[in-house]
Amino acid sequence: MEVKPKSACDSCAHFNAAGLKKLGVDTSSFDHVIALAGNPNTGKSTVFNALTGLRQHTGNWPGKTVTRAEGGFEYNNEKYKLVDLPGTYSLLSTSEDEEVARNFILFGKPTVTVIVVDASRLERNLNLVLQILEITDRAVLCLNLMDEAKRNDIEINTRTLARDLGIPVVPASARYNEGIPELIQTISEVANGTIVCKPHRIKNIPKNIEKAVEDLSVEILKEYPDMPNSRWIAFRLLEGDQHIINLLQTGEFEEYIS
Amino acid sequence: MKQKNIDNIIALSNDLRWQIGDEFHDNLAEGIYADAAEIVKVSVHKPNGDNRLRLDAKIDKIITSKTWGFPLMFLILAVVLWLTIVGANYPSSMLAELLLNTIHPALKGYASALGLPWWLDGFLIDGVYMAVAWVIAVMLPPMAIFFPLFTLLEDFGYLPRVAFNLDHLFKLSGAHGKQALTMSMGFGCNAAGVVATRIIDSPRERLIAIITNNFSLCNGRWPTQILIATIFIGATVPASFAGIASLGAVIGVAVLGICFMFLTSWALSKTVLKGEVSTFNLELPPYRPPRFWKTIYTSIIDRTLIVLWRAIVFAAPAGAVIWLISNIHVGDLSIAAWMIDSFDGFAFLFGLNGVILVAYIVAIPANEIVIPTILMLTVLVTGISGGAGAGVMFELDSANATGEILRAGGWTLLTAVNLMLFSLLHNPCSTTIYTIYKETKSVKWTVVASILPVILGFVVTFLVAQVWRLFA
Repeated sequence: MEVKPKSACDSCAHFNAAGLKKLGVDTSSFDHVIALAGNPNTGKSTVFNALTGLRQHTGNWPGKTVTRAEGGFEYNNEKYKLVDLPGTYSLLSTSEDEEVARNFILFGKPTVTVIVVDASRLERNLNLVLQILEITDRAVLCLNLMDEAKRNDIEINTRTLARDLGIPVVPASARYNEGIPELIQTISEVANGTIVCKPHRIKNIPKNIEKAVEDLSVEILKEYPDMPNSRWIAFRLLEGDQHIINLLQTGEFEEYIS
Repeated sequence: MKQKNIDNIIALSNDLRWQIGDEFHDNLAEGIYADAAEIVKVSVHKPNGDNRLRLDAKIDKIITSKTWGFPLMFLILAVVLWLTIVGANYPSSMLAELLLNTIHPALKGYASALGLPWWLDGFLIDGVYMAVAWVIAVMLPPMAIFFPLFTLLEDFGYLPRVAFNLDHLFKLSGAHGKQALTMSMGFGCNAAGVVATRIIDSPRERLIAIITNNFSLCNGRWPTQILIATIFIGATVPASFAGIASLGAVIGVAVLGICFMFLTSWALSKTVLKGEVSTFNLELPPYRPPRFWKTIYTSIIDRTLIVLWRAIVFAAPAGAVIWLISNIHVGDLSIAAWMIDSFDGFAFLFGLNGVILVAYIVAIPANEIVIPTILMLTVLVTGISGGAGAGVMFELDSANATGEILRAGGWTLLTAVNLMLFSLLHNPCSTTIYTIYKETKSVKWTVVASILPVILGFVVTFLVAQVWRLFA
């Protein structure tokens, strides 16, 4: 990747090109794990390539990332391992690719989850974003394909969007390497706790369900006081997710959250 | 204590699930969508409405229409092939001139200056070097044109539209609609196509896609098709139509491959791989103007050079084997001549000849070297001059000269047609076979995927040969 300092930008933290080192597939030792999630065909692989310097095959068709690709980069002397998850529209059903993505975000303990969305189809993409924000409280929204949004006269106010979602929002056009330095800087700030997220929690739920989720959440927190996503576990239990129930029963759950 | 708490949690969740009723899943989904709508209302503005969607819809209306969908697909295939055939000619002959006519004699010169024994010099330079040089000269130019063109189409967003157009046919044949995507990848390289079948969730439909991927004419086979069509099919019509006729023949073989793919899929899904066709969603992505130069660059670096490297790795030992079997004599004939003689009668049944069968056995590692092997062996058995010596692969300057050698070897139009059919219908190359094993983890299905096309190939060429001889 070329990070070209433009005129007055040299002194800005976002253009800290000297601190960036692409590690390709070398993920031997690392300080942070970064998950890359998003709908199919939003350019996750392009973002992945831009960050790692790898050349994962990219193409304009949904579902072309069939394996969980891993790569790495080093930024300000800290090593980041990047995991490119298969694209999914939701995390609520039981198909195999959704399970891979869901389990990794829930149990893979990524330090930061980067959610790549298509800026010109934001509303549809938010479905997944809001679900991920129930699971993790360290996330960055990468508003990708901004070039397409601009071409189609779609204006997005990233400040109000960041406020409503409670996580940092970075506009980008990964195909043209735009926004990638900013994305790296933001990832590192969230990973190191400089930026603290207050993720949006799903609001428009009928009262009786909200109450059930709360009751269940209280019980879960009694047993696992440090659980950051008791609400999501409650959702899954109400859904009857056999995988989670099994983990609870066998006691394996403990290992995952500790 | 702990276990009790956990049991409590599960019991409570069961009670609550009962209380809130069936609508939980839908209510949750609706809640999420309502939140999303609220957020978008604040932060997203579209002053001009959704223009792009209208333009995309217009393009889709034509590309996926019942009337224009198929003709456009064939037109695009024809244009891509035509550009590949015509464009590859010049760089191919330049590379051949450089590697075969300049570097090869130079190497021979050094070898004799160093006083290398004839067998070492022959084995290394005439065997290994020539095979590698041939593969580079024949494969690099068409791949360097075909892969970027294919990648441009892929980046533009055309592949999912192909899947959309063909979905009905796949459904009829009991296969998964996404097989259209893996089939398209197979036109580049079958091993890549087999890996791409991971996008198909159902194991049954995935197996069908893996077994039938070999019917997509891959890059190692395009040059064979093109060369034979140019020499024999093009010669049957007046010179001004020769180009069109040979292009038509090549497209015909490719389309025939697609037909076999559908037929085999249908047969498999009606017999050993019975089951329901699964439904799926495939989003038609927005059309995106491809980044032209970047696409060209990455597809040459990633796809072309990787596939070329693989071909070289396999061609080098094959070159050595060819040199050895033509230079080691048993009695007064070389091993190659013995093999050709013993296969000749059997091959006649299928309208082929012993040379072709031996070439296919030698070329199992890589389809790319079939034609050079055939030429070399033909010269060997006919004893005509023109080649560079026993067991030396070579290419002649023009398709005409190649044609003369083949005709001298007893080739007819039938031999040419059946060679094209057999090149379409035979076992996958060794890389693809290995990939199939890695993906299926099953010896049984790997064997099926390897043997099935050969059987089909023998059946088809046999029938063509019998019917041809009946009428000709």
